[in-house]
Amino acid sequence: MHISEKSSTFAQILTIYNHIVKNIVVRFCGDSGDGMQLTGNMFAQLAAELGHEISTLPDFPAEIRAPQGTLGGVSGFQVQLGSGVYTPGDKADVIVAMNAAALKVCTLGSHFNHPQAHYDDDFALYHRHAIVIVDTDALTDKDLEKALYHTDNPFTELDIPESVQIVPVPLTSLTKEALKDSGMDNKSVLKCRNMFALGLIYWLFDEPMEKAIHLLEEKFKKKPALIAPNTKVIVDGYNYGQNLALNITQIRLEESDAANKQPARYTSIAGNKATAWGLIAAAQKAGKHLFLGSYPITPATDILHELAARKDMNVMAVQAEDEIAGVCTAIGAAFAGDLACTTTSGPGLSLKSEAIGLAVMAELPLVIVDVQRGGPSTGLPTKTEQTDLMQALYGRNGECPAVVLAASSSANCFDFAYEACKIALENMTPVILLTDTYLANGTGLWRVPALEELPAIHPQSVPEELKGHFNPALRDERGVRYWAFPGMEGFEHRNIGLERDAEKGTISTNPENHEHMVLARKHKIEQIANSIPDLKVIESSVKSQESRDVLLVGWGSTEGHLHAAANALGCDFTQFNYICPLPRNTREVLSQYKRIIVCELNTGQFAAYLRSQFPDIQFEQYNEIQGQPFAVERIVEYASK
Amino acid sequence: MQASDFKSDQYVRFCPGCGDHAICMALQKAMAQIGIPTHQVAVISGIGCSSRMPHYLNTYGFNTIHGRGGAIATGVKTSHPEITVWQMSGDGDCLAIGGNHFIHEIRRNVDLNVCMFNNRIYGLTKGQYSPTSPKGFVSKSSPFGTVERPFVPAQLVLGAGGTFFARTLDVDMPTTVDCLVAAQQHKGCSIVECLVNCVIFNNGTHAWIADREQRAEHSIILKHGEKMIFGKDRDKGLAVEIDPVTFVPKIIVVPADDPRVLTHDATQPDPTLHRLLGLMGQDRIVNVNAETDNELPVALGVIRSVEADTYDQAVNRQITEVRKKAKIKSFDELTATLDTFLL
Repeated sequence: MHISEKSSTFAQILTIYNHIVKNIVVRFCGDSGDGMQLTGNMFAQLAAELGHEISTLPDFPAEIRAPQGTLGGVSGFQVQLGSGVYTPGDKADVIVAMNAAALKVCTLGSHFNHPQAHYDDDFALYHRHAIVIVDTDALTDKDLEKALYHTDNPFTELDIPESVQIVPVPLTSLTKEALKDSGMDNKSVLKCRNMFALGLIYWLFDEPMEKAIHLLEEKFKKKPALIAPNTKVIVDGYNYGQNLALNITQIRLEESDAANKQPARYTSIAGNKATAWGLIAAAQKAGKHLFLGSYPITPATDILHELAARKDMNVMAVQAEDEIAGVCTAIGAAFAGDLACTTTSGPGLSLKSEAIGLAVMAELPLVIVDVQRGGPSTGLPTKTEQTDLMQALYGRNGECPAVVLAASSSANCFDFAYEACKIALENMTPVILLTDTYLANGTGLWRVPALEELPAIHPQSVPEELKGHFNPALRDERGVRYWAFPGMEGFEHRNIGLERDAEKGTISTNPENHEHMVLARKHKIEQIANSIPDLKVIESSVKSQESRDVLLVGWGSTEGHLHAAANALGCDFTQFNYICPLPRNTREVLSQYKRIIVCELNTGQFAAYLRSQFPDIQFEQYNEIQGQPFAVERIVEYASK
Repeated sequence: MQASDFKSDQYVRFCPGCGDHAICMALQKAMAQIGIPTHQVAVISGIGCSSRMPHYLNTYGFNTIHGRGGAIATGVKTSHPEITVWQMSGDGDCLAIGGNHFIHEIRRNVDLNVCMFNNRIYGLTKGQYSPTSPKGFVSKSSPFGTVERPFVPAQLVLGAGGTFFARTLDVDMPTTVDCLVAAQQHKGCSIVECLVNCVIFNNGTHAWIADREQRAEHSIILKHGEKMIFGKDRDKGLAVEIDPVTFVPKIIVVPADDPRVLTHDATQPDPTLHRLLGLMGQDRIVNVNAETDNELPVALGVIRSVEADTYDQAVNRQITEVRKKAKIKSFDELTATLDTFLL
């Protein structure tokens, strides 16, 4: 094949970038066997360690292993780094394409399956001035055929704009060259291609190699035989860049604004891991045994993995026979006095509905984590969506109120998992925590807290004087019932999913009693608003005449995108983490704006909820439902209308 | 301890004449005999007539949702193995809506004592056929007779790898108490099939053996280490015959003094004979119209009781072992293992 005349050498390109940038978006893209997630994660972690803000978006195919080299098997990992980073970025500034299929997917975006598609600003995953590094060894006729090209020139066929800088690098042969004396077999050698690309990117960003090599040693700690060859390849990749570009300035990110950050320990963390650790921290703080009942489901399973591995922290993780048993074993553990949790995604939440109703009725503490994915039914298991809000709020029989929280960044999955446990244990109620695929798999910078900084948790207990005449209907002054469990002498009682008598705690079908109990359970949830923080508004410092009265409203994982959009628009914005109950000052905040735009990745579930709570306030809505996070520019475009 | 220590203050609301009354009393007697204090006992149930049982026992109790008692009991026992956990369930709750939890609690061998009340009918919903109703059974939901093959609970339990199976009859109080006590003493998932009469919707369903006149001829009470002898005059015994061509073993009735009469070994790990014993007399429930000349008695008592590691113990042991060697024991030690950096 021929390299297009549009392609050029490193030296030519990089002179374009001889300025310092505030932030930059890099996308690693290759076959699902090419190690793109590892490469992207290592790059993001190094960036974080060097003090940059990061936000990442892993974007892997639904197939575990699609045929090698095909369009269906392309796996991507996008990271934005720098300062003022709120999202993984709409479009990439730098693309690493490991094969012909990856080049096509990056260029055509969601249109990659259209036979006649070519570069289009709306769909391409990189912008018109991006650098595209491509492995020229992976553009053979056979590679092109597998990726469904019709001609032998992918660049012309895809109609990549002139302004895009294509950097052809024979990654495969350079990697083979680097490892020719290693004695490794061909297959193992080829697995190191990603490290060559990573070395090149490190050079491009002028990152120090010592830290990079240290990081690599950490990553391969369990496979020490791989450290030497991978180090060799990464260094060769770095040197390749160095040798080709003697006199040019590489991309250098603005010094991070470290003064604004509290001096503290940081790490990069994925949302699912942060969730798991939030549960662990809460259990220790509360002095409770952590019990997880769960059934594997994408994209929540990593929480089960993390907790199953933490027996050293006294975590009991039961992989149940189904979703229902997942929540029911947890309810059993809660009945027996534990901090009990279950983790799932939308379809699993549907299956758990009846049992969550039992926990509402029996007034037991229970944390349900729903890592939302595209629905309905099996839907888009590996993609992100905010479509379980109504299910979390209302998806149960009867008048069945539960607390609903939503995390808004990968790192604050920790805080809201912790908060979910605190609310559940202190208020004897199920708490549903909504995260989603984007938060679960993406990573962000997390300031590592010490346990003592975290708010105290006081699990509900029972006054000693009730010994001998306890019943499960007795409540404290807040309206929260007392908690006694097997093993406690003198507090034997029968709990039920049937309606109970408000005084005696026994089965009751009395009409007035039922209404009283429905309202008591509702009141119990409402009073939780007394102990949650006020809704905060992020105010814009550069308001224009038009943007002054505009408020962008979001909930959950869209926080970064809305923050970036609000910055671009010069308007205020607010993000909800507490959905039910809502913060006490919600009306006060909303009533200050003339134009409120509720942005969500569904058809308007939160907007509908807000309308139901504040019928006198007007809500406009902006929705996308494509299984992907928002594109900031589209929000800005809509709101500017 | 006295049976009355285990009686709650609740009025027992089973229908007059219902077999559940007898099992309720047997449970109170058995619990007193076992002697575990009331606060160390949790009784978990699903939904159905029999699932009302926790209300009548002065222990910790949880009357949950239909079919899920097994999963909830598994959660209680696994998180707190020091608590004695009973599960009360019926043929619908356990074998239909809760079938998955039932086979998995058996497969895992969770140390639970499960009373499965089998009246071969849905009583609380007023008379529909159940997974144990015989084929051809006419009910409100099967006006032309069922076309389904029923479960034989013994076969299901052994198929799932059950370590304990006993069968008892509402009208036989001593055998019921013995089975319940044996279930508690057995470490593992102990299933006690309680054959109970539903006076309202399925009266006489177990008359073949419940009828005082016929019981001695139609049933045998198995006792570990004792010869398998039955009959009004204790003149009949059970032996095994192996078909010389197919090698299929079957149980036959022989005179009580025949040297081939078997001695019951409930602790035999191989379930072959336990299965054959469990299936005796069950062809009558498989098909309501069965014209059978099968003279085999229905087996009552503890059919199988073998030792095996329990899930709750194994899970807790694994945690203890990991913790013994672990360097990390607190959240702060856990975060110290992170690759962090100072900013």
